[in-house]
Amino acid sequence: MVDKNIFEIKDFNIYYGDFIAVKNIALDIEINRITAIIGPSGCGKSTLLRALNRMNDLIPSSRVEGRALFQGVNIYDKDTDVIELRRRVGMVFQKPNPFPSSVYENVAFGPRLRGIKKKSLLDEIVENALVKADLWKEVKDKLNEPGLGLSGGQMQRLCIARSLAQEPEVILFDEPTSALDPISTGHIENLLQELEKTVTIVIVTHNMQQAARISNYTAFMYIGELVEFGDTNTIFVNPANKLTEEYITGRFG
Amino acid sequence: MEKIHKPFGLVRRKKFNLKQGFFLSLMRTFGFTGAITLFIILFFVAYYGLQVLSWDFITQPPLEAMTQGGIFPVIMGTVLLTMLCMIFVIPIGVTTAIFLAEYSKPGFMLTAVMMSMYTLAGVPSVVFGLFGLGIFVVALNFGMSLLAGSLTLAIMVLPYIISTSEEALKAVPFSFREASLACGATKWQTIRKVVLPTAMPGILTGAILGTAKVSGETAPIMFTAAAFFTPGIPKSLFEPVMALPYHIYVLATAGTHIEETRPIQYGTALVLILLVFSMNLLGIILRSRQRKKRSW
Repeated sequence: MVDKNIFEIKDFNIYYGDFIAVKNIALDIEINRITAIIGPSGCGKSTLLRALNRMNDLIPSSRVEGRALFQGVNIYDKDTDVIELRRRVGMVFQKPNPFPSSVYENVAFGPRLRGIKKKSLLDEIVENALVKADLWKEVKDKLNEPGLGLSGGQMQRLCIARSLAQEPEVILFDEPTSALDPISTGHIENLLQELEKTVTIVIVTHNMQQAARISNYTAFMYIGELVEFGDTNTIFVNPANKLTEEYITGRFG
Repeated sequence: MEKIHKPFGLVRRKKFNLKQGFFLSLMRTFGFTGAITLFIILFFVAYYGLQVLSWDFITQPPLEAMTQGGIFPVIMGTVLLTMLCMIFVIPIGVTTAIFLAEYSKPGFMLTAVMMSMYTLAGVPSVVFGLFGLGIFVVALNFGMSLLAGSLTLAIMVLPYIISTSEEALKAVPFSFREASLACGATKWQTIRKVVLPTAMPGILTGAILGTAKVSGETAPIMFTAAAFFTPGIPKSLFEPVMALPYHIYVLATAGTHIEETRPIQYGTALVLILLVFSMNLLGIILRSRQRKKRSW
């Protein structure tokens, strides 16, 4: 079982200046599964997620301690190629954020960065990504229209397609449905379960039902610490920790 | 409506209203002063200017010691000066703005650039003229020329271009940069492919408004580029040019036919005002259109 875990995190701390946002995390994330991170606001779950593709680098005061391995390579090693890391570990954000360009250009963005210029190849990548993101049928006649003109749910699927077009091994989802209506949310949840076959998914969510519905594993975080991590069924049916039980039964949060 | 308010406290309210009304009308009057002044200037210039404004006036060169004919080379001089100025200033201004908005960190370098920019913006335009004379005309030996004049104008309008471009860059939402970086783009790729294209309409609007500012300037070109008279449009960068603001100045003060050229002076002023107005209008329309279009 050598390559079963795509991320291996140990003794991992994240600081913002002097404030410790994530402390002493040990967490292994299995390949081609959906892992959900839940917990109340400010518990550090997004911070942890953003450490996995080093998006926290954008916050000047942030620094980390400990070990976080992606495919056996330390993410925070000096020699790690952040650009390649982000290519392989894509991200979808809370608020759909397509670029102010056409649907096609949004999806072709990543491949173009990697120097793919051939129109036929790009067309193929774009179509594949849109099909996988379950958006092709809706946009195939308006590939040249602005991505920002789509509905909220469509925009979020466009962002998923944009991420898929870079052929990532992992996609990190930072509360991807919290800005969407229930129907779009359901649509995206189905999509994630479809994607799981080929891509590892780590999803941060406020919505416990969502975690229960779609994830294989669930991590519960509270004030920067990982309280409990395990099989989603176990966490929701038979949590070991009292805090976890109180949170998932809605007694706080 | 009136009847409802009538029975109660009428006297007191009226006293109060009188005072308030007085100051309100005072404020109105002062407020209108600006509008009235503009109207008077426009009326004045248009009234006299329209008497000479014709197709021939804008397409013919001056004739008979500038007492007859048109102002074609003058218009072309101003157009060439401002266009060339923009060609110089936009690359420098936008690059500086990218540095300030995207790369600079608080510290000596940033403080130095910002302070210089503010100071530069406050320097009187005649000082730029003298500077251009010293550097471009004399030291670099460009002579009184289109090149020296447009470079001088470029330096003068640089702070404006930098600050409008910087504002346009900073208005690009963080979420776009985030999305681009998450796609595996480098910082420079993010700037070039996402931030700059998104900011471009704002940058161009700033450039157009900057052009409008520059085209009316007299002092920076009077020692560096502007000629009393040239027979046609310049054939090289090293030839002096006529320019609208300087032409008005020359005709109104320095000629031997000041009275005879009065109509031409007003005509030239009218053309200059129309030019500046139409550029400002274009800039304002562009800006309001992109504000409406912005959907993030």
